[in-house]
Amino acid sequence: MCTGIVENTKISGHGKGPQGWFPLEQASVSYDHPDHARSERAVIIDLLSNSAGLESRVAVELTPQSARDLVHAILATLSRGEGEGEGTRNE
Amino acid sequence: MRKYRTDMYEGTIAETVTVPGHNGTVINAYFARPLGPGPFPGVVLIHHAPGWDEWYRETTRKFAHHGYLAISPNIYYQFGHGAPEDIAAKVRAAGGVSDDDVVGDITESLSYLKSLPQSNGKAGVFGTCSGGRQVFLVACRTKGFDAAVDCWGGRVVMSKQELSAKYPVAPIDYTKDLSCPLLGLFGEEDQFPTPQQVEQHEQELKKYGKTYEFHMYPKAGHGFFYYDRSGYRQEQAVDGWNKVFAFFAKYLGTSD
Repeated sequence: MCTGIVENTKISGHGKGPQGWFPLEQASVSYDHPDHARSERAVIIDLLSNSAGLESRVAVELTPQSARDLVHAILATLSRGEGEGEGTRNE
Repeated sequence: MRKYRTDMYEGTIAETVTVPGHNGTVINAYFARPLGPGPFPGVVLIHHAPGWDEWYRETTRKFAHHGYLAISPNIYYQFGHGAPEDIAAKVRAAGGVSDDDVVGDITESLSYLKSLPQSNGKAGVFGTCSGGRQVFLVACRTKGFDAAVDCWGGRVVMSKQELSAKYPVAPIDYTKDLSCPLLGLFGEEDQFPTPQQVEQHEQELKKYGKTYEFHMYPKAGHGFFYYDRSGYRQEQAVDGWNKVFAFFAKYLGTSD
């Protein structure tokens, strides 16, 4: 928490850790000094499970550019999956 | 600095203990001390945002090796137990630990050190990263420390938008209450804090006539003491440690 820059959001989905799959309930996105990445600052994303315990965490530390690329990839995927097929798919 | 002789006796002990924390809680702490009756000065270490981790245990032992009663309380105790990086992630998601909680925990550790029969009655506080910020905060909001060392603490200067229930006052606004001499070590390439923020802090210290030393290292960024991270800078780290021990020796005394 050197920078204090953090955004939290509730999420619904599942993540996979060393013990297998677990439910995800919260995403915490911060811009701070990474634990592992070889850079001074990183976008740190923690996908957390409040019910499955502290070790049930999917964690990534990305360079700022990688984080932007990931956002674009997610948005592009959503656009194709939801936008192009809108009105034609039954889920 | 410690002077070595090949025929000198050395002995330290380091272990996990429990100590009082904020608001009557009991928290765990890593306590390292020289063997012998003393008297020894004390140092409270405030760990950094990556958590109560191995680097802080090593650093606690380093202070003991140099003749200090050194204690590193786990200021993330309230968030549970697990791998330090998992606890740190939980703290990040919770928006950090509140300033009041930290001040309470550190004040109790100071009392613990000073209560020891081998204490020389003096104690300093040391911290890096978020712990550096908290060093300054504690040195302003409490009395009883005789010297404080803030290593690259960010968010001493805070905008109004950054203030919250956990961080209600920017530490710089407590400067007039600083109760002991302050040593600050910073890197010129750091962005948290920026050199401009450090300069702003220094002007405030001058304004209130406080005793302080600030050193801004070229070719260094954030965390240049951390040998296990990419920001490590050997030359600056060696010089920085020399300044830390000289500063504490001046204001706390040593057993060396």
